[in-house]
Amino acid sequence: MAWFKRAKKNIMDDTPRKDLPEGLWEKCPECEEIIHKRQLEANCWTCIKCSHHFRIGSEEYISVLLDKDSFREMDKKMRSADPLDFTDSKPYPARIKDSIKKSGLFDAVRTGTGKINGHPVALACMDFKFIGGSMGSVVGEKISRLVDKGIKDKIPVIIISQSGGARMMEGVLSLMQMAKTSTRLAKLSSLNIPYISIMTDPTTGGITASYAMLGDINLAEPGALIGFAGPRVIKQTIGRDLPPGFQTAEFILEHGFLDKVVHRKELRDTLSKLLDFMS
Amino acid sequence: MAKTLLEFEKPIVELEEKLVEMRNLSSTLNIDEEIRVIEEKVKMLKETVYKDLTRWQRVQLARHPERPYTLDYIYLMTHDFIELHGDRKYKDDKAIVGGFAKIDEFNVMIIGHQKGRDTKSNVYRNFGMPNPEGYRKALRLMKLAEKFNIPIITFLDTPGAYPGIEAEERGQAEAIARNLLEMSLLKVPIIVVVIGEGASGGALGIGMGDRVLMLENTWYSVISPESCSSILWRSWDYKEQAAEALKLTSEDLLKLKVVDRVVAEPLGGAHKNHEEMALTLKSVLKEELSQLLKIKPEKLLENRIEKFGAMGEFNE
Repeated sequence: MAWFKRAKKNIMDDTPRKDLPEGLWEKCPECEEIIHKRQLEANCWTCIKCSHHFRIGSEEYISVLLDKDSFREMDKKMRSADPLDFTDSKPYPARIKDSIKKSGLFDAVRTGTGKINGHPVALACMDFKFIGGSMGSVVGEKISRLVDKGIKDKIPVIIISQSGGARMMEGVLSLMQMAKTSTRLAKLSSLNIPYISIMTDPTTGGITASYAMLGDINLAEPGALIGFAGPRVIKQTIGRDLPPGFQTAEFILEHGFLDKVVHRKELRDTLSKLLDFMS
Repeated sequence: MAKTLLEFEKPIVELEEKLVEMRNLSSTLNIDEEIRVIEEKVKMLKETVYKDLTRWQRVQLARHPERPYTLDYIYLMTHDFIELHGDRKYKDDKAIVGGFAKIDEFNVMIIGHQKGRDTKSNVYRNFGMPNPEGYRKALRLMKLAEKFNIPIITFLDTPGAYPGIEAEERGQAEAIARNLLEMSLLKVPIIVVVIGEGASGGALGIGMGDRVLMLENTWYSVISPESCSSILWRSWDYKEQAAEALKLTSEDLLKLKVVDRVVAEPLGGAHKNHEEMALTLKSVLKEELSQLLKIKPEKLLENRIEKFGAMGEFNE
């Protein structure tokens, strides 16, 4: 009797598939435009149609911003210790090990020197994919050493932030990294060496409340979430919905805490121009 | 105001109440021996209960609604206090108070988070949760102190910087970050004392100093045990475990070398005897002040940057 029965189920799926099979194509999560990976890369990982900025990591930022092959990495293999002997659903050392395996990174920031259109710079770039880009002792130490490098070589410091905040698993030591990095930036600032902060999606918590907001120049990518408290916490506290566009880069610009929102394709040129004035 | 009792304080207070009753009776009855026995019992009970407090119990003591707050300390250990208001930019934040004061012969600038004691005063003080203007007021007062070469004392006691829409609009993060940077460069001694709750960036925003002290029953960490529980355990029910995992007590922080000194509290906690607590803290502060005032400003700054630079553990 079932001669008319549908042989395959779900030919017409109600929910459109968000992700495409692994391969050469990416779908824009904003406008659903399908883009070839090479095209995406050539467009600095931004959507060719709606300019949505895909989240990228340190590897990509280094290629977008620095002159080819100019990057010299510092403290590459610095790794987290477990000062608190911390365990939640799994022990912290195991979490670190997993993250290293999954991300191919040793912690949530990479630092080093390089050149932007010939300008020598000290560059730090955070990676959200390593435990949410969280700052523990390693991030604090690497950033501090990078700033020291800027001081020693008298070269501008650039930090690209991408982080949910301080890392819980190192408790108060993570909190103290905010103080530690800020003391170094204070020293840099007193020597009139430029510091440019670039905030990407997301930059929240202890990162925003320390080095991300302390640039001589504060830049951000379009649409990036930037704030101190996370939107969910604020919503819970005040018990009402948040206004549209709240805590976006454009909102932060409007309230006076950014110098400029810069499209990723123009980031390198903008930095180069700023450095012309400042160094 | 009604007494607030924590669970582990109850058996002690019950016995103490009984003791009072018996003492009242002792004028008519001869029960001196029984009284002596109970006194002994109270003493032993206190010793056992307060010797082995869990980290979560310490958090509860740090939040005890009868604990002395910043203004209590100011009234108990200083004279000639002149409160100074406002950030000169937006408004006067009631969650942070500050002003000139004298601790015996020392002129100081005292700044601290301020909680309220009841609903009304807590609303007025925003539960000790500052907005950006609070941090900016604190910075203004610190710069004022620097200008007239007066050492700074800050008291930390906050459940966190206020997470609100307006706070974000006015740059909560920038206000805290700016304080961290500016406090690294202030040319006068800064002594920081955690007197209650040291919740994350909201506390650290006035917490950079040459000496960082903690009262015995206080906590200081990157996140509150409740929020840590909700994020890492995805439920509010693991706050005890989170408190243990975060290692947030004065003893822990001394071991982690984040604080320089722990100040003993009266047996049972600071709320048991405000005067005694203030007196102890006052003598500790005087000692620290006289030491710090001997150090030259350049050396002070160098030490401060080095002190925070040494914090953290990692492998290379």
